[in-house]
Amino acid sequence: MPQIFHRSTNTISRVSIFGAVFALAVVGWALSSLDRSSYATRANTPREQPVAFSHAHHVGDEGFDCRYCHTSVETSSFAGLPSTEICMNCHSQIWADSPELAPVRDSFRTGQSIRWTRVHDLPDFVYFNHSIHVKQGVGCTTCHGPVDKMPLTWQHASLHMEWCLDCHRQPERYVRPRDQVFSVTYQPPPDQLELGRKLVKEYNIQSLTSCSTCHR
Amino acid sequence: MRTDWSGRPAARLIVPAALLALFGAGCRQDMHNQPKYIPLRGSEFFDDGRSARPLVNGAVARGRLREDAALYTGKAGGRALDAFPFPITREALKRGQERFNIYCTPCHDHLGTGLGMAVRRGFRRPPSFHTDRLRQLPPGEIFDVITNGFGAMPNYALQIEPRDRWAVAAYIRVLQYSQNANVADVPPEFRGRLGTPGDMR
Ligand code: HEC
Ligand code: HEC
Ligand code: HEC
Ligand code: HEC
Ligand code: HEC
Ligand code: HEC
Repeated sequence: MPQIFHRSTNTISRVSIFGAVFALAVVGWALSSLDRSSYATRANTPREQPVAFSHAHHVGDEGFDCRYCHTSVETSSFAGLPSTEICMNCHSQIWADSPELAPVRDSFRTGQSIRWTRVHDLPDFVYFNHSIHVKQGVGCTTCHGPVDKMPLTWQHASLHMEWCLDCHRQPERYVRPRDQVFSVTYQPPPDQLELGRKLVKEYNIQSLTSCSTCHR
Repeated sequence: MRTDWSGRPAARLIVPAALLALFGAGCRQDMHNQPKYIPLRGSEFFDDGRSARPLVNGAVARGRLREDAALYTGKAGGRALDAFPFPITREALKRGQERFNIYCTPCHDHLGTGLGMAVRRGFRRPPSFHTDRLRQLPPGEIFDVITNGFGAMPNYALQIEPRDRWAVAAYIRVLQYSQNANVADVPPEFRGRLGTPGDMR
């Protein structure tokens, strides 16, 4: 039987086999970095809101505490968004005629909630709880970034499982003293690991990595 | 010999189409956004669009039965309580300090002089706490101001739990002392330490 392929095609076939493996690896790498990119996680992209609420003004300039507005953050799983009444505590008098605040006044008059665009949104099969993190010394800015510099709020972290686990495996790299949790100016000290280990012992912080911690 | 696909366009499309269908099928987000109510998720069902429903009139939530009138209204026999309904410990004062700094400083500032940031930006200036009238204000009256508001001041009933309101009232007393104390208020055994910087907190 005569040879169908010429000898030189051996090289082509070898190259193409390795090429395929290589190409697959590249595709895999590209997909995983796309998945981690801020394009896919929507991190670092300010979100449009019905009212141009600015943390940079309210927290950065005026120094209001997170808990004035996010009232349930210490006691429940969710931090909560402020009701219209809370805005009106101040805006009944400050900027009371500003067109920027017209939706707030409408909402106050009609009782219809303002529909904020969610910035963070974990999948429903993940259980997250603010109160435990706040109690165990994880600061707002560790997860939410420089909120006091955000004219419109954006998501700071990827919210991927690996991000949660990165901290859950070694919480000592991130925890801070309890009385600094709400501070937006807190900077981790140079000896964070030492402080972290001390706090982990003092607050009795566990490394929670079993699946049922977050998937329950 | 090469297979000639050109005459059979349908066959040529079938592979990409199958791949697309496979990928597409994997893209549903049913488990990411399950049809259930979670906090802050709206509702199509109720007119006001809220999934968190207000209590029906007269309903008492578990643990919210308010039998102790003095503790929850600040009044006894129609008059403002002139004492605290529970002993004020150091912990209670610390708690009061924390709550005061969160909720009251925007207007009353950290000292209670009434020059908080909101006031500097145009909110009506509240009176300083360091006047004779306000030093005499019974704790039950402060509790009532927090619970029901007062004139231009909004109420903080939704943001501050009743026990914390008493703690805040107690902390206002601390602030008033801090600006109006004299040597006679210091227990004799500590007078020697006056003027030496110590543990202020
Ligand atoms: C004066 C009220 C106010 C204060 C004080 C405040 N916030 Fe907010 N916050 C809001 C409002 C209103 C929104 C919803 C609009 C938005 O996302 O910007 C919000 C949204 C957020 C979100 C995004 C929520 C989402 O949709 O996922 C985060 C995170 C957040 N705040 C963190 C903080 C932190 C941390 C602090 C304290 C350093 C703080 N906030 C202080 C009013 C406030
Ligand atoms: C504790 C008082 C306080 C509360 C509560 C408050 N604000 Fe403000 N807000 C201010 C002050 C003070 C300014 C003026 C900032 C300035 O002039 O620099 C302001 C300014 C604004 C402005 C216009 C200027 C800007 O910053 O872009 C908007 C819009 C606004 N607030 C929205 C809101 C909304 C929405 C809420 C409720 C979630 C709210 N505020 C709650 C005190 C408050
Ligand atoms: C351990 C990380 C972490 C810390 C610490 C943390 N948050 Fe969050 N926060 C999240 C995640 C994750 C979400 C998204 C939750 C979801 O989608 O269900 C979120 C959501 C929010 C929201 C949106 C509304 C809600 O309740 O879901 C607000 C507001 C908020 N955080 C404020 C705060 C404030 C204020 C603090 C500090 C007291 C804080 N967070 C501390 C991770 C954190
Ligand atoms: C920066 C650190 C950090 C990050 C990021 C973080 N956590 Fe945690 N988490 C902690 C600490 C510390 C604890 C407390 C452990 C303890 O009490 O022993 C904790 C506890 C928990 C618990 C236990 C609550 C309970 O009732 O048992 C859950 C659930 C949880 N985290 C979910 C998450 C999820 C989901 C994410 C990601 C979206 C996340 N965490 C991100 C530090 C973190
Ligand atoms: C600290 C919290 C935490 C723990 C512990 C955890 N997960 Fe997750 N998991 C998450 C979060 C957050 C997501 C959502 C990630 C996203 O949206 O990209 C997730 C997503 C997933 C998904 C879905 C991935 C997808 O792309 O849809 C699977 C499967 C999963 N986890 C399995 C596990 C298993 C198995 C374990 C135990 C070995 C585990 N998880 C432990 C937080 C956790
Ligand atoms: C948004 C601004 C604002 C905030 C925040 C605020 N107050 Fe006031 N407060 C006022 C104003 C304005 C007055 C004067 C009201 C008047 O005379 O019409 C006042 C008056 C008072 C008085 C004096 C009542 C009297 O008999 O004269 C007390 C006591 C008081 N506030 C306590 C508090 C406490 C406690 C808090 C925190 C829980 C608080 N306030 C938060 C604005 C505020």
